[in-house]
Amino acid sequence: MTGAGLGLSTPRVGGTDRVTGAQRFAADIAIEDVLHIALVHLDCGHAAIEEIHTSAATGIEGVVRVFTAEDFPNPVPRFGPRFADRPVIATGETKYHGEPLAAVVAVSKEAAADGAAAVRVEYKELPGVYSIDDALDPDSPLVMDPGLRTGDDPLADSNVRQRWDWGWGDVDSTEAELVIDEIYTFPMVTHFSIEPHTFAAAPEGGGVTVWSSIQHPYFLQGTLASLLDLPISKVRVHAPDPGGGFGGKGFPKYEPLVAMIALELGRPVRLVLTLEETFQAVRRTNARLQLRTGFARDGRLVFIDAIEDFMMGAYADIAPRVISKSSYFAAGPYKVESVRAVVRGLMSHTTPSTAFRGFGAPQMTWAIESQMDAAARALTIDPVEIRLLNLAGPGEEIVPGDRPADGDWRQALNIAAERVGWGEPLLPGHGRGISVGLKASATAGASYCILRILHDGSVSLIAGTSDMGQGARTILSQLVSENLGVPMERVTLVMGDTAVVPFDYSTSASRSTVFMGSAVVDACQKAIAELRGKTAVQHKVSVEDVVFTPGQISIDGAVYTLPEVLNDVFGAVPGEIIVTGSQRGEGDANHPLGGPASFYEVSCTASEVWVDFETGDFELVKHITVADVGKAINPQHVEMQDEGAAVMGLGHTLMEHLILDEHGRIVNLGALDYRIPTFKDMPATMESVLVENGDGPGPGGAKGSGEGGLLATSPAIAAALSQATGVVIKDLPLTPERVWEAMHGGDEGHEQ
Amino acid sequence: MSPTESAITLTVNGARRTVRVSPSTTLLEMVRTRLELTGSKECCAEGECGACTMILDGEPVNSCLVLAVETDGSEVTTIEGIGGAGMTPLQESFLTAGAIQCGFCIPGMVVAATALLERIPRPTESEVREGLSGNLCRCGGYSRISAAVMAVAGGNAAT
Ligand code: FES
Ligand code: FES
Repeated sequence: MTGAGLGLSTPRVGGTDRVTGAQRFAADIAIEDVLHIALVHLDCGHAAIEEIHTSAATGIEGVVRVFTAEDFPNPVPRFGPRFADRPVIATGETKYHGEPLAAVVAVSKEAAADGAAAVRVEYKELPGVYSIDDALDPDSPLVMDPGLRTGDDPLADSNVRQRWDWGWGDVDSTEAELVIDEIYTFPMVTHFSIEPHTFAAAPEGGGVTVWSSIQHPYFLQGTLASLLDLPISKVRVHAPDPGGGFGGKGFPKYEPLVAMIALELGRPVRLVLTLEETFQAVRRTNARLQLRTGFARDGRLVFIDAIEDFMMGAYADIAPRVISKSSYFAAGPYKVESVRAVVRGLMSHTTPSTAFRGFGAPQMTWAIESQMDAAARALTIDPVEIRLLNLAGPGEEIVPGDRPADGDWRQALNIAAERVGWGEPLLPGHGRGISVGLKASATAGASYCILRILHDGSVSLIAGTSDMGQGARTILSQLVSENLGVPMERVTLVMGDTAVVPFDYSTSASRSTVFMGSAVVDACQKAIAELRGKTAVQHKVSVEDVVFTPGQISIDGAVYTLPEVLNDVFGAVPGEIIVTGSQRGEGDANHPLGGPASFYEVSCTASEVWVDFETGDFELVKHITVADVGKAINPQHVEMQDEGAAVMGLGHTLMEHLILDEHGRIVNLGALDYRIPTFKDMPATMESVLVENGDGPGPGGAKGSGEGGLLATSPAIAAALSQATGVVIKDLPLTPERVWEAMHGGDEGHEQ
Repeated sequence: MSPTESAITLTVNGARRTVRVSPSTTLLEMVRTRLELTGSKECCAEGECGACTMILDGEPVNSCLVLAVETDGSEVTTIEGIGGAGMTPLQESFLTAGAIQCGFCIPGMVVAATALLERIPRPTESEVREGLSGNLCRCGGYSRISAAVMAVAGGNAAT
């Protein structure tokens, strides 16, 4: 196998190990002498911890020690990506169902589990904040200790952690022919990576070594260094390729706990969460979006007046960023005269929500696109037409003064319409829907890499992206191969070890192809310059006379392969070319989001459904996604990701939602009761189409991709259902019961 | 050895193994920790995801639900036992079809699909979907996984 030109679908690098079982995920790595941790939590959301009795647990054979808040510095250290509000272990109270309040360390997993079961906790269940209404009720308890807020926070006496007021123009004086005023809700859903979160730690070299299934190892390294008061160089994070991340493995969760236990015991320890515990550890931010949207008679979107409430959970994690970044783009990909959006990030006694594929945009898109369809129906305008009319064209702004549209989004919409058969006659019981979603990519951030051309001309690329299924190893290898002319099988990627791999901000926001990809191209260019310079010296010619084309160097018509060149320049003592590459986005301190997005990820979904009127059940006949990707470095990889995102979108659209009882407990905890899409839920036909206009900032004009396929799933399917049945549903998921109820005159189903 | 442990002998990927296990040890745990074959994965631990699929006496099972002591005298095939040194056409097909994303579900998928093709050498697409419906892929690679299986069904790989 050679040839890795941009745009070729070379097979997955690392695919062989994954298909033979040789791939080592975090839980597969042998650690000598490792002890096992099991966590103790309570069977309710909010409780005051009165007494923790550990003697029965420590009496169990094999149990080494039981840790509670008392075993940690007082006050218990706190951390978090936005605010340092999450304690390493629950202290005084538990704030969500599943928050660990004790950790049992034992010589075997079984003994640890037995120990955890034997820990007896005296506690008093307290009233909890388990819904958006609870969070907004002034009589509800405060989730967050006001003392943890910094400065003079006027919101300190409420459960509003942060409020954003976005807008432009003057909504009150904007005239509209039609005003659509509705409330939409988006459920709590969980990431459900098939690999449960896995953490381990061991003391090493006066510092600590940590293994984690984390997406952002450098963020973890920084967090641990500051919590443990260690130089960054004394914290080593091994981050083996995660078995699915989807945002849920982005920021540190229980690694600080595990690291502190390892240091205290002076021994390696490991914690593998159960699937149930992963449900309790990560979820998407649920939301209630009240939108008043004004339209002109011709369908032009003229104003949006919104109150948007997002339930973040017990600790902020990255949710404030999720909320602010998505709600800032109040009208998604559309141009609108005026906007007024009041956006609140609410604390609750629930699992802290975090990044999740789409980063708030699926929630926003659900509301905005549902309103577009409502307007289309009210004004009897075709849903494709009303969107074409309002979509920003290339170079047109979607937020005044900010980065304008960087793609031909109308083209993507037209392709989606055509592929789904828009306008063709429908069979009885069938309906079609179409939607557009926009997600803003990374603002600031940096990626570094080291590229080594070894003396036989093979290449080692050391880059800190996490390959969690998106195929980063393949894409980055292809970029090396393309730029240097080295065959793919002679390129090796080194990732996942902060001791040897240079800094990368994160593997998130679909940023890696653009940021790390550009860093790799930068490194390749530097390597070429160095090769040419060295060759010129060797041949006593000027650099201009040394011509590099991928895989070879020519001087005055004489052609040398890369191994020949290296042999030539180093002579008898082998050497190598070592260069670094970097790509930095500095951001803009005056920008509300810390900088404009480096690109927009825009995706269109078109769906055709068939509804069984007897049961409310429906089938997806056709499901099309169209992604505006600029340039697909590896089309197969991009399509895989886009299809995968679409399937994930089917989850929150059709079936997924975490249900809480009045004690704040997750009722459907585990794979038996929380359903995600399976083979049986696949649409009869599913297609992913890529739009490639080379208009992105990455190599070859690439934009990031891989999240887009789920942005617009819900509104497209809901619109298809509406067309088939005549009912309009504003709450997700669209379960058969909900559809049936709407069709038979329940609360839902009628437009105002 | 703790007093409750007992020794069992079974054949794993063609090799006879004798292992001491406690009564509560699952087949999955025994294979992963005692035999150090980590290709089989644990996710739900309750028989709902298929990440731990193995072939036990010719039948695909969720090994997280099987007690190790019950497998005394049995024959077990794990992902490591599929394809021997090379890869089977099915495994190759997963690669070419682009069926592998994060890969965590893939060992279970490959084992389940191998068992399926043994049972039904020429399955229809809906038989594939039905037969693999106990295997979850959160990366959502379902249509490519079933395409990968269909591509080799009934010896299609040769054509
Ligand atoms: S781990 Fe065995 S079925 Fe999920
Ligand atoms: S490939 Fe990631 S879960 Fe299937």
